[in-house]
Amino acid sequence: MTVDHVQPFAELGLTPAEYETIVDTLGRRPTDAELALYSVMWSEHCSYKSSKVHLRQLAAKAPRSDALLAGIGHNAGVVDIGQGYAVTFKIESHNHPSYVEPHQGAATGVGGIVRDILAMGARPVAVMDALRFGPASAPDTARVLPGVVSGISAYGNCLGLPNIGGELDFDPTYAGNPLVNALCVGVMRPADLQVAAASGPGNQVILFGSTTGPDGVGGASVLASATFGDGASAKRPSVQVGDPFMEKRLVECCLELFAGDLVVGIQDLGAAGVACATTELAAAGTGGMLIGLDAVPLRDASLGPPEILMSESQERMMAVVEPGRVEEFLGVCAKWDVRAAVIGEVTDTGRLVMTWHGETVVDIPPASAADGPVYARPLARPSAQDALAADDPAALPRPADGAGLRADLMALLSSPGLADKSWVTDQYDRYVRGDTVLAMPEDGGLLRVDEATGLGIAVATDGNGRYCRLDPYLGTQLALSEAYRNVAATGARPLAVTNCLNFGSPEDPAVMWQFAEAVRGLADGCAALGVPVTGGNVSFYNQTGTVAIHPTPVIGVLGVHDDVRRRVSIGFGPAGDAIVLLGRTAAEFGGSAWAHVRHGHLGGPPPAPDLDAERRLAALLAAAAAAGLLSAAHDLSDGGLAVALAESCLRGGTGCVVRLPGDPFTWLFSESAGRCVVAVSAGAEAAFGHLRDANGVPGETIGAVGGDRLDVESCFAVPLAELAATHTQTLPALFG
Amino acid sequence: MRIGVITFPGSLDDRDAARAVRLAGAEPVALWHGDRDLRGADAVILPGGFSYGDYLRCGAIARFAPVMSELVPAARAGLPVLGICNGFQILCEAHLLPGALTRNAGLKFITRDLRLRVENARTAWTRAYSGGDQIVVPLKSGEGAYAADPGTLAGLEASGLVVLRYADGNPNGSAAAIAGVCNAAGNVVGLMPHPEHAVDSLTGPSADGLGFFASVVAGVAA
Repeated sequence: MTVDHVQPFAELGLTPAEYETIVDTLGRRPTDAELALYSVMWSEHCSYKSSKVHLRQLAAKAPRSDALLAGIGHNAGVVDIGQGYAVTFKIESHNHPSYVEPHQGAATGVGGIVRDILAMGARPVAVMDALRFGPASAPDTARVLPGVVSGISAYGNCLGLPNIGGELDFDPTYAGNPLVNALCVGVMRPADLQVAAASGPGNQVILFGSTTGPDGVGGASVLASATFGDGASAKRPSVQVGDPFMEKRLVECCLELFAGDLVVGIQDLGAAGVACATTELAAAGTGGMLIGLDAVPLRDASLGPPEILMSESQERMMAVVEPGRVEEFLGVCAKWDVRAAVIGEVTDTGRLVMTWHGETVVDIPPASAADGPVYARPLARPSAQDALAADDPAALPRPADGAGLRADLMALLSSPGLADKSWVTDQYDRYVRGDTVLAMPEDGGLLRVDEATGLGIAVATDGNGRYCRLDPYLGTQLALSEAYRNVAATGARPLAVTNCLNFGSPEDPAVMWQFAEAVRGLADGCAALGVPVTGGNVSFYNQTGTVAIHPTPVIGVLGVHDDVRRRVSIGFGPAGDAIVLLGRTAAEFGGSAWAHVRHGHLGGPPPAPDLDAERRLAALLAAAAAAGLLSAAHDLSDGGLAVALAESCLRGGTGCVVRLPGDPFTWLFSESAGRCVVAVSAGAEAAFGHLRDANGVPGETIGAVGGDRLDVESCFAVPLAELAATHTQTLPALFG
Repeated sequence: MRIGVITFPGSLDDRDAARAVRLAGAEPVALWHGDRDLRGADAVILPGGFSYGDYLRCGAIARFAPVMSELVPAARAGLPVLGICNGFQILCEAHLLPGALTRNAGLKFITRDLRLRVENARTAWTRAYSGGDQIVVPLKSGEGAYAADPGTLAGLEASGLVVLRYADGNPNGSAAAIAGVCNAAGNVVGLMPHPEHAVDSLTGPSADGLGFFASVVAGVAA
C-alpha cells in the first residue's frame, strides 16, 4: 500500500465529487475506517440525499397539530392521544434483503422497525406488513412469498407483537423486486420520550444487545481486498440474520432502563450500524465522542474497524449514560441476559474520534457524516404518460347481463390480490398482549390502550401502484385517502401519517418525477385532511435492470378511538339492518381491479380523490360509531361495491339483498374514492340520516342485511358458501 | 386467592394470563424464572410464548429454570398448575405431564379460533365446565401436535386424562385430536389452545376460556 494508491471510493458507492468533499472536509485522505463510515452514511438509504429536497415540504406544508410531540427527523414520530398516553409509529422498507433471502430479510425488517419504536421510549405493541410480489403464479413468487411470510411470522410471533393488518398484492412490476414494508406502533407516557443525542461531556457510551459480526458488510470486503489483496478477507454475507429472542430481551431491558431513568440518550442500530449510531448521536448532542473500537464485543475476531463500523448485526442499541449510573445500567442488562460494553464517552471536542489498537482510525466532525450531500436530481415527466392517460378503460368490453356481472365478481374475488388472505394471516399471532380489538381482514387494526376507559388506536396502511403509475400525485392522495378512510371505518379519528415511499432509481429522471409528484401529492393531501406526516422512509432503486416498479408510496394512518367497545367491524350483523352506501359513485375505472383482473389493462385517469368529502365521511363515521348507530362499516376500494359487499357478507357470515340505483356495472365495480358501505342498526335509521345530513355526506339506502346469499336484485345472486369457496381457494392452491 | 404467573425470558402471554386471573376474581402474582420462590401462590400458570427462544426444543431449557425446582415438587404435592401452549410444552419437558408437542402437521404456524370439546370436567382447571361442553378458544402455535407412544395414549384415554379435544377436525396433527391433558391427580393441566385469549368477546372470539381460571378460583376457595 502506498500513499498515492487510489482509494476504492467508487466500489463503496461514493462518487468522485463525494470523495473530494470528504478529502476537503478532513484536509487529508480519509482512513479506511473513515471512508467506510462516510460511504454508508452517505448512501441513499441513510442520507436521503436524493429525496431530501422533496421531503422538506412534508414538514413545511404540515397542518398544525397540538398532538405532535416529535415529528419528522426522529427515529419515529410521536403523537399525544390524550388520557396521558402517547403513540409512536413508523413504516420502513426491507425490500432488497427480502428478495435475496426472503425469510431473514423479512424477519430483520420487523426487528429493525421495532427498535426504531423502542428507541423513542415506547413499548412496541403491534406490527403490520404491506407486501407486494410479482405474479402469484410465477415460480419465483412461490420462493419469495412463503419465505417472507414465514420470516415475519417467526420473528414477530416470537417477539410477542400482534400482527394486526397490512396488505398483500401482486403485479408483474414487482417480479424482481418485491416490496416488504413493515410498520410498528408503540405506546408510552409523554414523559417517557427518549432523545437520540449524546449530551454531556464525560457521559459514557454503551453498546448493548447482540455481538457485532460480519452481517451485511459486503461493502467492507471491497475495502479489504482493495488494500490488502484478494483473499485477505472472506466475502461477507450481505443479508443479516435475526434473533427474535435477543430482541425480546432487548425490548424488556430497554423498557426497564427507561423506567429507571438510566438513559440520557439512545439510538437503535440499523443500517450502517455503529457508524450511523455514533455519528448521529454525536451530531445531535454535545458534538464530540471518543470511541474505543477495541471494546466492541465481536462474534468474529477477524473484523477490523471498517467492518465493525459498517456491520449491520441485528438486535443492538447504543445508549448514553451518566458515569454514576453505569453500574445500575449494566445490572439491568445482566438481569435480561443482554450483553453490554462501555465503548466510549461524550466529549466537547466537536470531533468523533475512534481508536483501534492504540491508533486513531477515525477523526471527523460528526455532522459532516450525519448530514450528507443533498441532490436536486433532474426530473422529467415521461412522454409515455400521455398515451397512458389517453388509454381509457371506457373502451373495454363490459359484462352484458347479470350472469356476466356475476362472473366478473367471482373473478375478482378469486384473484390473488383480492382473495381471502388467511393463508398469510393465520401464520401471524394477532392475539398476544390481549388488546387486539380488530385485525385482518378488517379495514384497520384496532388496539385497546386503556382497559378502564376503552381508549384505543387504529392503524391502516394502503398503497396502489396502479393508480400511482397513472398519476403519482393523485395516486398518492388516493392511498392516503384510503388509509384515512379505513381508520375512520373502525370508528376512530385519524390523527397522523407515516409513509414508505417505494420507487425505482432516483438517477432516472422519469422516476424522480414520479417521486416528486408523489411527495407533493402527499404533502398537499395531508394539509387538506388536517393530518401531519410524522415520519417515514424512502426506498429507491426498486427496479430490475432499467425497468422500475410502479411508483408505490405506502401510506400508514394512525387514529385515536375514544372507546374501542364502540368499534365497528366490516362484518354484516343482524338481519334487517339497512345497508347505506355513502359517498358519490361515478364511472371511474382507470387503474381499477376490474380492468386489471378482467382485461390486464392499465390506463386512463385514476379515480378523482375528494379530500374534503373524505374529511366529512370520516367525521360522520366517527360520530355514528360513538353514538352506536352502526352494525357494520366497510370502506370501498379495489373492486368497488361488489367486492365490499361480498367481504362484509363473508366476515359477518350473513347475506344481504341490494337494489342498485343505476347502471349495475358502474355501481358494482367503479372505484370512486370517498365511499363506504354501512349497515345501520334497527331503529337508528332516522338518527343516522340526521347525522349524515349534518356532515354533508351523500348516501342512499341500497338494501338490507339478511339471508344466506349476496343478492343483487335483477342482476344475480351468489350463495354465501359459493362466495366463501371462491374467495378462500386461491392462496392455498398457489402456496400449499 | 393468589395465582402465580411465571415469566421466563421469552414468555409472551404472561400479561394475558394475569388479566384472565384478575377477571376470574383472583390476584395475579408475578413469578420470575430465576427465583426459587413461588411467593405463596395458591396455583401457578406457565404462560404461552417462546421461552429461551424455543431454542434447542420448545420448553427444553425452561424446565431447568430455578423456579422449576420449587414448582415441580409443589405440583407433585397437589398445587394446581396450568400450562398454556409453551407452558404445556414446559410441563411435558419437566415430566409433570406425559407426551410431547411436535411440529404442526402442516409445518406452518397456525393462528385460528377453534371449537374444543371438554372431555374431562373434573380437573382443578375445568370444573366450571360440564363434560361434553364445546368452547371456542384460539390456537396459535407452530409446534402444537401432541404426540405420545401408543401405550401412553391408551393409558390417557382409559384413565380419562384427556382434558380437551379439537372438535372440528385436527388442525395440527395431534394424536387423537388431543388439545389438552392432565396428570392422574387432575391438578396439573396442559393445553395448546389459549383460554386466556378468550376471556372477553371484545378482544377474543368468546369468553369461553374464563372457565379455566374460574375453576381454580372456585376450587381453592372451597
